Amino acid sequence: MIELRQVYFAYEEKPVLKNITFSVDEGEALVIMGPSGSGKSTILRLILGLETPQQGEVLVDGQNISKLKESAKREIRKKIGMVFQNGALFDSLLVGENVGYYLLEHTKLPLSEVSERVNKMLGFVGLNADEIIDKLPEQLSGGMQRRVAIGRALLSTDPKIMLYDEPTTGLDPQSTANVIQLINKLHTEKHISSISVTHQIADALAVGDRFVVLVDGELAFEGTLEQLRDSTDNKVRAFLAPFRESFASVERKKFV
Amino acid sequence: MIRALFGRPLYVAETKEQMYLIGVKSLFLISLTGIFAGMGFALAFAVELADFGAKNYLGRIMSISIVRELGPVLSGLMIAARVAAGITAEIGAMKSSDQLDAMVAFGIDPMKKVAVPRLISLMVMVPSLTVVMDVIGIIGGWFVASFVSNVSSSLYWSTVREKLIFGNIFLGLLKPAAFSLLIATISCFKGFTSEGGTKGVGRATTESVVLSSISILIVNYFITKVVFATIRGYL
Repeated sequence: MIELRQVYFAYEEKPVLKNITFSVDEGEALVIMGPSGSGKSTILRLILGLETPQQGEVLVDGQNISKLKESAKREIRKKIGMVFQNGALFDSLLVGENVGYYLLEHTKLPLSEVSERVNKMLGFVGLNADEIIDKLPEQLSGGMQRRVAIGRALLSTDPKIMLYDEPTTGLDPQSTANVIQLINKLHTEKHISSISVTHQIADALAVGDRFVVLVDGELAFEGTLEQLRDSTDNKVRAFLAPFRESFASVERKKFV
Repeated sequence: MIRALFGRPLYVAETKEQMYLIGVKSLFLISLTGIFAGMGFALAFAVELADFGAKNYLGRIMSISIVRELGPVLSGLMIAARVAAGITAEIGAMKSSDQLDAMVAFGIDPMKKVAVPRLISLMVMVPSLTVVMDVIGIIGGWFVASFVSNVSSSLYWSTVREKLIFGNIFLGLLKPAAFSLLIATISCFKGFTSEGGTKGVGRATTESVVLSSISILIVNYFITKVVFATIRGYL
């Protein structure tokens, strides 16, 4: 469904990604892990066609998105739901307008229909529509904003795959648990594939069934949880070392 | 941005909102600037002209200086200070919080959605506000002429009208049209290219105001020079 082939990307001549190759199939939940600045978020931007790699290919459903015209990219993007870091909600629009943004911009649905779908979506992401629909994003907690952003992405394009950029960063434990639960719900109930980017190991293990570890822009690991646990790669072990406890506790939950 | 101007869709609601924010919300500032600039100019000219026994020419001089130069330049500078800063800060903040990328992800071209409504609004509102500034500036001059310099009202207005001719009005509207393009281009460009979070947005905002203001003064000189060289007979 999504495939990166020998992707090289540099920002102002500073290499960010070097020779990255991996793929995500339908129904998979891939997590990209790695320390800050390792190029994780850049991969999502490449998949969405917001950046163009200097070398290599980024294929979405077999089409190299970086070679497409803007109109063709828009068609590809309809298959992808993106949840940006910190939500990226439009701060001058109300929550309801944010969630219904795509419908309001691209369809001629009557307002009552849009409103009904927005209400339904807010309910799906675990929020009380009556309480928040007329609020500005800044009036919501971080966790609520993140869930509104997921709702906006889902209602926008009816996506086949969701991209989550640091979906739980900066959230309290309760909000983190709610967002993780929502991501898993989308995966299991709607069978939507996902690529999550995070540097928080516990969250990564909770939402992923396959993992990629990036270190200094290079792919240091790709595989399952078991393979990750058994990895002998020094870079991977060094990255996982500080999180051994959370790693072990999630492992217990998954295997015991 | 110019290419986006002629592409579809045109965001009418956003354009109307920007016209209100740029035009109506600047009205008080423009009026205040216009009245005091006009009064100050009239006072200074009246004293000098009185030395030559030419006080009766005050209306002509006010008309020429305000319509050709003072109105367009002062309006441009005021709008650059108030609006260019706002546009750059708003677009910069949207960029640093990924809102522009979110638009792209949802199939919206930020250039059309964010920049074009501001460009159209500035192209309509800067000349309109300049006309307001001209009128209020000339009224300010009348106030000084009548109540301070003892020039009769009828003489002042008749000499003002003498110089409200095609060439001066054309020049007085050509300049704000050019300034609106400068303000829109510079402020949007600085917003879209701002880097480095809050600090970067602050820096881009300052640069936007400074660059817009300097460009207005430079372009003002060259427009005057070109117009004088081409349609001198109409001025």
